[in-house]
Amino acid sequence: MKAQRFLAALSLIGLACAASAQTADTVRVGMIATYSGPYADYGRQFDAGVALYLKESGGLLGGKKAEIIKKDTGGPAPDASKRIAQELIVRDKVQFITGLDFSPNAYAIAPLVTQAKIPTLVMNASSSAITSSSPYIARVSFTVQQVSDPMARWMLRNNVNEAYTVVADYASGTDAYTAFEKAFVAGGGKIVGSVRTPMNNPDFSAYVQRIKDAKPKAVFFFFPSGVMPPAFLKVWKERGMAEAGIQLFATGEATDDSYMDVTGDVAKDLITSHHYSYDHPSAKNRKFVADFEKEFGTKMRPSYFAVAAYDAMSAMDQALKKTGGNVGGDAVMAALKGLQLESPRGPIEIDAQTRDIVQTVYIRKAELKNGKWVNVEFDKVERVKDPAKEAK
Amino acid sequence: MGIVIFDGVAYGMLLFLIAVGLSITLGLMNFVNLAHGAFAMAGGYAAAVAMNSYGWGFFPALALSFVTAALIGGVLEVLLYRRLYRSHPLDQVLLSIGLVFVSIASFTYFFGPSMQPFTLPPLLTGQVVLAGMEVGRYRLFLILCGVLVLAGLLLLLNKTRFGAMVRASVDNQRVARGTGIPVQRLFFATFMLGCGLAGLGGALSLGMLGLEPTFPLKYLVLFLIVVCVGGAGTVVGPFVAALVVGVVDMAGKYYLPEAGAFLIYVFMVVTLLLRPNGLIPRKGL
Amino acid sequence: MFPISLSARRLPLAEGLFWLLLASGYFLLPEHLTLLSQILIMGLFAVSLDMALGYAGILTVGHAAFFGMGAYAAGLWAKHAWAEPFSGLLLALLVCAALGYLLSYLVVRGADLTRLMITIGVCMLLSELANRLVNITGGTDGLQGITMAPVLGLFEFDLYGRTGFVYTFAMVLLVFCVARRILRSPFGLALRGIHDSSKRMQAIGSPVAARLRMAYCFSAAIAGLAGALMAQSTQFVGIESLGINRSAEILIILVLGGAGRLYGGLIGAIVYMVVHDWFADMNPEYWMFWIGCFLIAVVMLGGGGLMGMLARMVKVEKAR
Repeated sequence: MKAQRFLAALSLIGLACAASAQTADTVRVGMIATYSGPYADYGRQFDAGVALYLKESGGLLGGKKAEIIKKDTGGPAPDASKRIAQELIVRDKVQFITGLDFSPNAYAIAPLVTQAKIPTLVMNASSSAITSSSPYIARVSFTVQQVSDPMARWMLRNNVNEAYTVVADYASGTDAYTAFEKAFVAGGGKIVGSVRTPMNNPDFSAYVQRIKDAKPKAVFFFFPSGVMPPAFLKVWKERGMAEAGIQLFATGEATDDSYMDVTGDVAKDLITSHHYSYDHPSAKNRKFVADFEKEFGTKMRPSYFAVAAYDAMSAMDQALKKTGGNVGGDAVMAALKGLQLESPRGPIEIDAQTRDIVQTVYIRKAELKNGKWVNVEFDKVERVKDPAKEAK
Repeated sequence: MGIVIFDGVAYGMLLFLIAVGLSITLGLMNFVNLAHGAFAMAGGYAAAVAMNSYGWGFFPALALSFVTAALIGGVLEVLLYRRLYRSHPLDQVLLSIGLVFVSIASFTYFFGPSMQPFTLPPLLTGQVVLAGMEVGRYRLFLILCGVLVLAGLLLLLNKTRFGAMVRASVDNQRVARGTGIPVQRLFFATFMLGCGLAGLGGALSLGMLGLEPTFPLKYLVLFLIVVCVGGAGTVVGPFVAALVVGVVDMAGKYYLPEAGAFLIYVFMVVTLLLRPNGLIPRKGL
Repeated sequence: MFPISLSARRLPLAEGLFWLLLASGYFLLPEHLTLLSQILIMGLFAVSLDMALGYAGILTVGHAAFFGMGAYAAGLWAKHAWAEPFSGLLLALLVCAALGYLLSYLVVRGADLTRLMITIGVCMLLSELANRLVNITGGTDGLQGITMAPVLGLFEFDLYGRTGFVYTFAMVLLVFCVARRILRSPFGLALRGIHDSSKRMQAIGSPVAARLRMAYCFSAAIAGLAGALMAQSTQFVGIESLGINRSAEILIILVLGGAGRLYGGLIGAIVYMVVHDWFADMNPEYWMFWIGCFLIAVVMLGGGGLMGMLARMVKVEKAR
């Protein structure tokens, strides 16, 4: 059978590769991300962040040569993710697993990394319970709840005490609504209406019209970054909602840096809350952005994906330095707990109890600066922890 | 209420514009062309490139989108589709899916995976007051286009010789060939027309649906719903179906937002169970 | 050289060889066992679709509804009731057979295109339902926390996927043999007759609608079983198991392999998944391009998918 010979050849190549790379001076990192399909940019951003850090560290993590093994899941595909993780652990014998841009992909591998005791650093997946699903998972990105909660509190502090919420009907949308509603109501605010839109929604006119007819003072929305926020904002602008006196707030997915050029002026003056802005005025970020543009050109703007990837590498490096090169799962996890890093986004910490990320959430406004649409930070909330775990 | 209906009609018109070509090719050639959305995408990208990189105006860009998609359709018809007219429908499905994949990958390669930027021409931005409602100009324009295309197609099909030949071939291909109608050339011309219309629809959807490389797969089900519920092979059928789909979708999302995505599929299943051959069954063009 | 002629008596030998080769994967490819297991599961799923599509002629792009239902049934059973694997399979089988039977009433009406749209509609509705019932299904985050008990109380699902492979292989082989039996029985012949010309079958008194319903029901049950196997071996159920993308993917796999032929689904699954895995390693950004070209090439080289091509190369002589 043709296919059988194919498989045999493939396995020979696999064996050869595995055999050649097993030396004590290398640390092998498996990266499970998306490199194909509509979300192919996620993988590219991760790669860029990783490459930038490795360039700075001379290709070393904790004094050992880093070897990154990349695998594509093609988007949210938990069975592929599980299979790939299994192969990375068993065949490629990786010492770290990272990447993980979609939450189901992360959840699927949790029992596996627990069984194999492989330290796993989540570079993007933003569902709150991921770090609770295995003691070997730590997160360097963010959770949706973590960035929605501060928005509610900021709105209340600025005398906006009535809100209508619009979220996409999927797990992250629910997370955003839950966190926002809890903080808003606890602070004395009132949710005057809420709606969940289907994921593949082409036209928002019905929803915006509904909002217009309800005449709330403010609207908070959450959509995954990509095509939905600009579509919503376009209709918002078209219907003259701002002129009708309705304020608009959102999480930073609406003004994701990698899509800002396309989103353009429909996002003008939109106030959002997120953990990273391309415009963040710190020396570290300026250097990060400059290096990024030197390496990869200006066609792709670094977004929070690239920053998280950079920080994941940084965390691995620091953890390995702390354990003195010991790549054992338990030792690394102990080193990761409580680790503090200076990231291009600001100061971050991996919480010692929950292994989740503790960071500053910024309130920003979308403005045109030097001919580019960016999120200009004008307020912040420091040391924000994931509210879902705080409540327990 | 009125504005919801208006929005629904505009949305429906856009669906009609893209899907009408599929109805014609499906009804005429009995070819299951799931790659129809890819032609719409090609037209959309042609228009986007013309406007963004070469500074073309919106209306000339629309014309370009029609021509580009029609040309690509013509080339593919000669190279690939032509050989499969007598094939098993499943082979046709496989071919069209293969084409969709290739087109998605190619456009991703050339244009990147994110949405194409698009700015409406000033003439079509903003709102205008119509019958006491504030309606979007762009949506009004879409409705106008839809009606014009419908009128044009009906004229073409009912009042011209070409149209008569097409109707004859839809009714009974074998007999039509027997009376000397050049069925092969007819297919070629009609396929190009269908693809051109799809391209036009693709360019028009820049302002409403947003164009990115997964467009053909994302909206394929919607186009199929319009064609199937309307009745493949007719022009009026998809028009009515598109309007109904658009209005039901908009009204559903406005009045029953919790039902959200459910409504359109429930509607489709119920309609198809009641009228399995579509709202306007075949022989009535 | 082509066509090679093969005596009909040798055919079972060829089949046996095929399964033996697959089983030998356990020894030859010990680091790819999870991939092999998933290939087998998709192969079974494709065979189930073949029963409905290739043999009964019911055009459906909504078959993942059963795959997903089976996966959720087995997953929820293991999580909340009893983590024993075989009972989960049985439950999935029963649930999907029941669902298939109910839906079969919808599916036997109307022409091809209508049926297609109805199956798509049902699949999307179930997908939305799974998204809504977040407390039960986990929504888009997926159903987690499934820990399977050891098979037969002895063999734990291990890290290398060894138990998973043997378990999956055994079940797929068993179910395939059952499907083969069904399709080669008088029932199967009746299906073929209906596919060829349902009017003639009605004329000779064959209960066409009932047969179609039965076929759809079997097909649904087997698809559910495949879904359950997936849930049990990955110990996770993603909402993608139910969706339209999964349905379309399995249709491509089946047509690629060759519909209407017993081994079409299996061959299609092997080729498609191996190519996909190969590309995911090498050149993930453009795998879609190459698979598209591959599909077009397979069609242009003559219809009937890979099995069709094989059939043209190997002629089976009738047994005397």
